[in-house]
Amino acid sequence: MELLFALVIGTLTASGVYLLLRARTFPVIMGLTLLSYGVNLFLFATGRLATGQQPVIGTAASYSDPLPQALVLTAIVIGFAMTAFLVVLSLRNLADNENDHVDGQRNNTPPSNQDQEVTSK
Amino acid sequence: MTHWLIAPILIPLLGGILQVFMGYAPISLRRTLAIATTVLMLVSAVVLLLLASDGSYRIYAFGNWQPPFGIVLVLDRLAALMLVLTAVLGLFCHIYASGGADEGNRQFHALFLFQLMGLNIAFLTGDLFNLFVAFEVLLIASYGLLMHGGGTTRTVPGLHYVVLNLVGSALFLISVGMIYSVTGTLNMADLAVKIPQVSGNNLNLVKAGGMMLLVVFGLKAAILPLCFWLPKAYARATAPVAALFAVMTKVGIYAIVRIYPLMFGEGAGELANLGMDWLFPLALITLSMGVIGALGADNLKTLVAWQVIISVGTLLAPIALGSVAGLSAALFYLVSTTWTVAALFLVSELVANQRGMAADSIVTAPKMRHRTFLSVLFLIGAVAAAGLPPLSGFFGKLLILQSVEPGVEMAWLWGVVLVGSFLTLIAYSRAGSIVFWWNVEGHLETPEPMNNRVSISTGILTCLTMLIVVLAGPVSDYTRATAEQLHDNRGYINILQAPVHVPKNPLIGEIN
Repeated sequence: MELLFALVIGTLTASGVYLLLRARTFPVIMGLTLLSYGVNLFLFATGRLATGQQPVIGTAASYSDPLPQALVLTAIVIGFAMTAFLVVLSLRNLADNENDHVDGQRNNTPPSNQDQEVTSK
Repeated sequence: MTHWLIAPILIPLLGGILQVFMGYAPISLRRTLAIATTVLMLVSAVVLLLLASDGSYRIYAFGNWQPPFGIVLVLDRLAALMLVLTAVLGLFCHIYASGGADEGNRQFHALFLFQLMGLNIAFLTGDLFNLFVAFEVLLIASYGLLMHGGGTTRTVPGLHYVVLNLVGSALFLISVGMIYSVTGTLNMADLAVKIPQVSGNNLNLVKAGGMMLLVVFGLKAAILPLCFWLPKAYARATAPVAALFAVMTKVGIYAIVRIYPLMFGEGAGELANLGMDWLFPLALITLSMGVIGALGADNLKTLVAWQVIISVGTLLAPIALGSVAGLSAALFYLVSTTWTVAALFLVSELVANQRGMAADSIVTAPKMRHRTFLSVLFLIGAVAAAGLPPLSGFFGKLLILQSVEPGVEMAWLWGVVLVGSFLTLIAYSRAGSIVFWWNVEGHLETPEPMNNRVSISTGILTCLTMLIVVLAGPVSDYTRATAEQLHDNRGYINILQAPVHVPKNPLIGEIN
């Protein structure tokens, strides 16, 4: 189980990082999503992997750590909100620049052109 | 247990919620309420400063859980100092914003207050995971604020800022997970107890976690390889937001100062002074990079944004060396530089508003209105930022230079800081003389004169540097005491033994 779990986290994180380095906003968002999945699973594993254990002290001989579950829940909520915001922002980028390149390549006139007009007056 | 500790979080939270529901109320009412909220927050921060100045630790345990089991807020001198710093900055930025920058977005005040709340949580929290939550709260508010005012120029830097910070959050979670998996706790005081006891293979896990944490804080603080997002994003944000963001990089520095001396301090055994040997050269390179950027800046706001990076480098170098005197000097300089940089952002925006098409570009243009007032403010800000006597930047840098022991590090620090200051001075004199002195013939179609709120808030924020000089004695005493308190982590660890309120009604205890 440990090997499978580690492989899953590794694959998710590696694909996430790969997609994150793409030049278009859509793969970047997908990459961040995958990365956050990987991170959430990793956080989940910090309480040690075990099956069939109860998270309440006193009801069984051994118990699973309840804290990572709370942490993961918080991380999922925050990650969800951030992803939603990022989707809206990249749509805005698409609308503003008519291009979904992360650097908004088109219409990217340097501000110095304007300055020269002012100085020449 | 005093309930004052929660006030700097609750006040902006309630004020912000109120603003959310008042989006359609008249703007004057919204402004009055929002500024009243910020004033209340400043009052609570000052009360906490007075409480903390007796040198003891105060905790606020949520739900009365005995630490380390619940989340605690911890008030000490450092937290109180940062709270007051932020509240003063927040108040003047808010007054400036109410001079017209808050129009065009109904939720500006709500976002602004949530941002302040996030900052306050970050300064007060005594729990590593709660620090992550605080970072997220202040970041999501800052994403909204960065976009405020619209304009296509803000989309791309905003996108970079958001993506970078999301990656930073993922790294933060990974490092928190690594540390938790070994120590089984996230309470900072408890971590300070557990980390020195770690041994064997687990040592490397904690080490990796600690170093990754440093990367995350480095991203927030904009240390060199992670600083390229900052100038574009800050230079294009609207002025009160950019000025408030002057404290955002300081959050990263605060987190380093809070976590590293406490958890990886002298007593941490094999993990003592983790990462600090990396931090010192990086800080100096960051400083040099900031100076180069400032020399090459083609408009005032970019120049000030690079000044943010210069101050980050200047602050982190003595912190990395880890002496009490260095930490004390860095804290003194932190107060001074945060207000100065924020004031310079506001001045740049005022200049931009008066120069029509030339805006804040460093080019010659016809004479602007209010030239004397604005140039004096710029002069004060530039003198304080470059570190010339008699303003507070000079004293901050002097303290930093005095704090190093003779040796190789002293040579490097003195060399880089002094040459850096000189070149910064050149950058400011060039910018100031072109913008304010070299006027060409013609007249500008200036939109409208400055209103009182804008000019008064900028004026006072700029003159705070003089206030620091007048109060240099008390302020440096306070920062020295803060540094001593940070250096000795036993006090912080003792909060684990702090008595938490026990319910008087014995029936509640019998449910178990």
